[in-house]
Amino acid sequence: MLRIPCPHCGARDEVEFTYRGDATVTRPAPDAGVDAFHDYLYLRRNPRGWQVEWWQHNGGCRAFLKVLRHTVTHEVRGVATATETLEVPEA
Amino acid sequence: MAGYSGFRILAEGLRGNSGWTPAWRKAAPKPTYDVIVVGGGGHGLATAFYLASMHGITNVAVVERGLVGQGNTGRNTTIVRSNYLLPENNNFYEHSLKLWEGLEQSLNYNVMMSQRGVINLFHNDAQRNAALRRGNSMRLNGIDAEIVDRDGVKALCPIVDLDNGRYPVMGGLLQRRGGTARHDAVAWGFAHAADARGVDIIEHCEVTGMIVEGGAIQGVRTTRGEIRAPKVGLAVAGSTSTLTAMAGFDVPIETHLLQAFVSEGLKPLIDCVVTFGAGHFYVSQSDKGGLVFGGGLDGYPSYGQRGTLPTAEHVYAAGISMIPALGRLRGLRNWAGVMDMTPDGSPYICKTPVRGLYMTAGWCYGGFKATPGSGWCHAWTIAKDEPHRLNAAHTLDRFREGRMLDERGNGPFFWAQ
Amino acid sequence: MSQRFRLPSGGHVDRSQRLGFSFDGRRYEGHAGDTLASALLANGVRLVGRSFKYHRPRGIFSAGIEEPNALVELRDGARREPNTRATVAELFDGLSATSQNHRGSLGFDWMAVNGLLAPFIGAGFYYKTFMWPAAFWERVYEPMIRKAAGLGRASGLPDPDHYEAAHAHCDVLVVGAGAAGLAAARAAGAAGARVILAEQDFLLGGDLLNEAEHDAWRSETIAALEAMPEVTVMPRTMVFGAYDQGVLGAIERVADHLPEPPPHTPRQRYWTIRATAVVLATGAHERLIAFPGNDRPGVMLAGAARTYARRYGVRAGETAALFATHDAAYDAAFALAEAGTRIAAIIDPRTDSAAMQRAREAGLAVRAGSVVNGTVGGKALRGVEIGTVGSASRGDAVPADLLMISGGWNPAVHLASMSGAALRWDDALLAFVPEEREESAWQRSAGACRGVHGFGAAAADGAAAGRAAAVAAGFDAADIPLPDAPSADHRPYALWEVKGGGKAFVDIQDDVTADDIRLAHREGFSHIEHAKRYTTHAMGTDQGKVGGLVGAAVLAEARGEPVASVGLPRFRPYTAPIAWGAMAGGEVGRHFQPVRRTALHGVHDELGAVWMDAGIWKRPAYYPKAGDTDGWASVKREARAVRERVGVCDVSTLGKIVVEGPDAATFLDRVYANTFSTLAVGRARYGLMLREDGIVFDDGTTTRLGPDRFFVTTTTAQAGPVMQHLEFHLASAWPDLDVSLASVTDQWAAMSIAGPKARDVVAAVVHGLDVSSEAFPFMAVADCKVAGVPARLFRISFSGELAYEIATPAGYATHVWQAVMEAGVPYGIEPYGVEALGLLRIEKGHVAGSEINGQTTALDLGLGRMLKKKGEFIGRVLAQRPGLTDQSRPHLVGLRSVDPARQIRAGSHLLVDGQDCGWISSATQSVVDPGWIGLGLLRDGEARIGSRIIAANPLMGEEVPVTVTSPHGYDAENLRVRT
Repeated sequence: MLRIPCPHCGARDEVEFTYRGDATVTRPAPDAGVDAFHDYLYLRRNPRGWQVEWWQHNGGCRAFLKVLRHTVTHEVRGVATATETLEVPEA
Repeated sequence: MAGYSGFRILAEGLRGNSGWTPAWRKAAPKPTYDVIVVGGGGHGLATAFYLASMHGITNVAVVERGLVGQGNTGRNTTIVRSNYLLPENNNFYEHSLKLWEGLEQSLNYNVMMSQRGVINLFHNDAQRNAALRRGNSMRLNGIDAEIVDRDGVKALCPIVDLDNGRYPVMGGLLQRRGGTARHDAVAWGFAHAADARGVDIIEHCEVTGMIVEGGAIQGVRTTRGEIRAPKVGLAVAGSTSTLTAMAGFDVPIETHLLQAFVSEGLKPLIDCVVTFGAGHFYVSQSDKGGLVFGGGLDGYPSYGQRGTLPTAEHVYAAGISMIPALGRLRGLRNWAGVMDMTPDGSPYICKTPVRGLYMTAGWCYGGFKATPGSGWCHAWTIAKDEPHRLNAAHTLDRFREGRMLDERGNGPFFWAQ
Repeated sequence: MSQRFRLPSGGHVDRSQRLGFSFDGRRYEGHAGDTLASALLANGVRLVGRSFKYHRPRGIFSAGIEEPNALVELRDGARREPNTRATVAELFDGLSATSQNHRGSLGFDWMAVNGLLAPFIGAGFYYKTFMWPAAFWERVYEPMIRKAAGLGRASGLPDPDHYEAAHAHCDVLVVGAGAAGLAAARAAGAAGARVILAEQDFLLGGDLLNEAEHDAWRSETIAALEAMPEVTVMPRTMVFGAYDQGVLGAIERVADHLPEPPPHTPRQRYWTIRATAVVLATGAHERLIAFPGNDRPGVMLAGAARTYARRYGVRAGETAALFATHDAAYDAAFALAEAGTRIAAIIDPRTDSAAMQRAREAGLAVRAGSVVNGTVGGKALRGVEIGTVGSASRGDAVPADLLMISGGWNPAVHLASMSGAALRWDDALLAFVPEEREESAWQRSAGACRGVHGFGAAAADGAAAGRAAAVAAGFDAADIPLPDAPSADHRPYALWEVKGGGKAFVDIQDDVTADDIRLAHREGFSHIEHAKRYTTHAMGTDQGKVGGLVGAAVLAEARGEPVASVGLPRFRPYTAPIAWGAMAGGEVGRHFQPVRRTALHGVHDELGAVWMDAGIWKRPAYYPKAGDTDGWASVKREARAVRERVGVCDVSTLGKIVVEGPDAATFLDRVYANTFSTLAVGRARYGLMLREDGIVFDDGTTTRLGPDRFFVTTTTAQAGPVMQHLEFHLASAWPDLDVSLASVTDQWAAMSIAGPKARDVVAAVVHGLDVSSEAFPFMAVADCKVAGVPARLFRISFSGELAYEIATPAGYATHVWQAVMEAGVPYGIEPYGVEALGLLRIEKGHVAGSEINGQTTALDLGLGRMLKKKGEFIGRVLAQRPGLTDQSRPHLVGLRSVDPARQIRAGSHLLVDGQDCGWISSATQSVVDPGWIGLGLLRDGEARIGSRIIAANPLMGEEVPVTVTSPHGYDAENLRVRT
């Protein structure tokens, strides 16, 4: 079971959080066109490894957090607030 | 290789069962093929089988990273059905179901397809209306479906608690031709039958690169050397994104995990497949006696093939809420499969941006029942370089065009399907 | 014949407590401290079950959770528990158990005829036959197979007991309370760590319970643990799985040792344990040797026979033989000899060993270089056939009613493997042990589960692990006193199978023989995962604990490779089977999901509302009154009241969100498809939200309370998703916008007062506000007082009538409702429920969840004009995709049954010239123009208005002619809401 260290509330169980997608995609500018919005909404790298994801602490502070998590081991290595950036490790 | 039959079993039994030979050859890769199918699960093997049996293309390699049938084919909950809303989906799954109905004879292998009936319970007016809309869509497309009331539910599965304290059962949508099949046997049967038609099944052969020249596929690089072919089909649930990245493009797939469970063996208790409408739970009983059950996704991407406790708790709780008589039975084993989720819940059987590269992918958690149909349509698409009408809508481009196949209106979220 | 095999003294049973129990209807006696298995053995019961496939007679094979044979149906009636392992079922007075999986009696099972068919029904035979004719599978073959398969019978009755879920946090979790686990817990506890020591057995000590000479250390250690306030000892608690990040699941058997749980006590408790560090001290399972007849009742694991003698004071036989491959197993012979059993022979493939010497010195007959290559007997063992190593010839037979076997010990690596430890082959132990890995510094194995056997060695290993775990959890290391005791040699001679005539089982529960494994290999199922699935090896309730590795070794030999390269199938939860009810915990049945009630719930109850579920909400469907002939009569009466006079409806379930901040208007312009920045303060506007993919997401009215302050309402179903949608976009897409969001759904109760007389009623209860149409027009909003309490008045309508919504802090809801009802008496006010609400909105042509179903666009719903032409909003770009603007998409229409008496139903499809062109999304009976009406989505819908088509419902055999109408059939000019 995932334990996610919320920067506001401390480490909490996964049941308090909701996954909300890949956090490496950015919503395009309003005039970017259909292809840009298509890629933003639908195309995913879907890595087997480290990924930065959006998780909402909806059972706590309700903040949307960026979480660096490994998609095979499920290890959570970093958590940041929405405006911070998280680097994805090489391996 | 002689076929399988009751007579052969008798004959072999009388001479100590010493005459049996491998169900398929352990082939080594040749330098070139007409078609390479990547993935030795049900879908890949079915693709190879139908390439050989329907299209006469027998110079085919199936390359498999590990063992035949050890991905989702070997870890699903074995349900077969075609009870879908959208005609693009229900016609495809119905075609698949019809292939299932003759599969033993086509393959000379008993995959134990058992049409025990699949019933989806509903608990309120809105669910009943949705069931009616779906069932009527099936009926209008020539697919069997029935709406049953509470008594009908009771008759099919007497241990369902119709008056469960929170969400009493109102009725159910039943597809009698739905049921279960022996999952491992499906992979073995397709392997056996494809092999008998000359297909090379190459296990322990991992694809490490895609050879693309001038926008067209030329073959694959593998741990057992380079293999060339003008056409390559991908049937690699859980690795689709990895392989398409090797070919230079991303796909609308996010890989999630889905847990499944089996109980200890029991004398016959549940005769059909039942799904709960008020929570994530479904159950059937295998021929060996174990209750095979599961629920919804854990809700975040994973290739880990193992689930976590909160989702399991919900599955068990929903199970008891539907059938309080399960309380003293025991869960024996729990595992998880990797689900290539799409943003509308429907799959891809299609051409790709790379010429000569095809794929059957994005099966979410519904791939097992699609096995023969997916292979059949994938083989058609590879052989003809164009989709069959049954899979014409199942393209990668449908999101660009706004022609989603969203069965339940839950899009565009991978994890909400 | 009372406990003929019970020893007069010794062990951990209380001979002063006599417990009566029954097995297959016969009555027996045992003692407190017994398991059902030990009590059965004490009474000389040998035959306890039938095997899965061949229905061979089977006896008690082990003394623990690994038991493959002695599975019984425990208890009666609704409490019947099939497949219960007699070896771990704690005896209680009045226990009743029944043998399972036989037709006829346990003694005469006519399904045993399957044994004669064995040459034809070996591994995987069913894949090759039963194919002709195709229809026979479901009708003939499969029912036959299903009836024969399975093990015990479920009761089929609701479980009368309850369960609960609990959570625990600790610094160090120690799993297993043998020598290693006890020492680990003590060491971690001494360091000051919060320790949980979980032991699946009802007594602590593990193998120490078989060693009276070490009982003092056991007792002293337990006492020391009990004296540590930060140490929690949990007996009868089985850790069933290791999950990510130090989370383990466990089941505590709170009341399984009692006839039934005491009042207010759960039968079992499911624990989620979060540990900073974990010590696995799960011991080892003894493995069988495959030889012909190794399944006959009377053949038993050597360690089990020793346990029955030492722990339970029971001789498992009169005359015993031991077939062992290592020295440690010899203690079973010594234990039985001490117990008075005659040791007929010790059969050992080795030529010499220290234990052999000792056995000879003790006067026991040792047959070195020998193997057992057959057993004699029917439903009980009568003799053992002894041959020489490497020779195929059958040897002589010695009489014995107990054959103790040991092929070595498999460390219980289940939890270690599940939590990510790699397994390493140990050439000395001939078993897999966990690889120590750096990244799992928070977890370590200790004692027999990593191949460290024997009291002294295991205790030292456990203490070291407990100390290290405490350090990993941030404590200073502490030392504890350790015993000094020699360990027996557990390194076995590599003997997995003795070949010969007859069935040699590797999976004794699923009836998988060594020949089956070889057959699988011949057919190409040579990988362990394939062989397992093809033969069902290691797929029984014991999951291969006693024979799994033996099957792998047989496969290795067939492949000509070492066992290490064959490996084992992947370890997965559960370490042993767990009760369904326990995993479900308390959130079942009535408590499956919480019930959400509005502040007016009690009011509706008093009015006799018929309730309906709307998600987790309870909402009044309608309020039956004397004279209503049926539900429809009530619904139509309520709707008529609204159309003709006035009605009041609880709409508190709608989602309510306050959006506040300097950028609030900009934000709403981006999340709504229409514009809100132009909305005047004190006015409301209907808003439409799209998903990013251009599909309609939700609708509702939003009010501008101030320049920077808005009050957004959502539909009941989408209240949560809309809130999340807003929060997500604020955080991810527009963090620069200065906006705050607060959900206030529960803070405000809301009721709609609708009908031509609504203003009269509202005017009577509202103070400080001119509610005339001029002063308070359609879509006006203002704060006010209602019946003396603070409230907010909205002039909005869902029904198509003149209507107001009063919102009030939830605590005043009942007061305000009652004031409205009283004020409404002169006007004939009636409360109306969700059904009438639905009727009214369908008549009016307003869309709701059945139309906004996640598949429809604004254009589909006739709401295209709401999409603003300028400016950004979510969904704008992708809504322009050709598939979503396609003219052929189904469009919202109204429908009316041509024959007013013929019902139309939501879920019917709309056929035009036999073609499926759409569906009915909502249907009801009209009160304005009696008859069945509906809303639907129809291809070329607008063009078909006025035409007659078919509403087809083949599921119910209905084909109803309907007329296509405008969806807005009632007061199309929308005059009534503005009066």
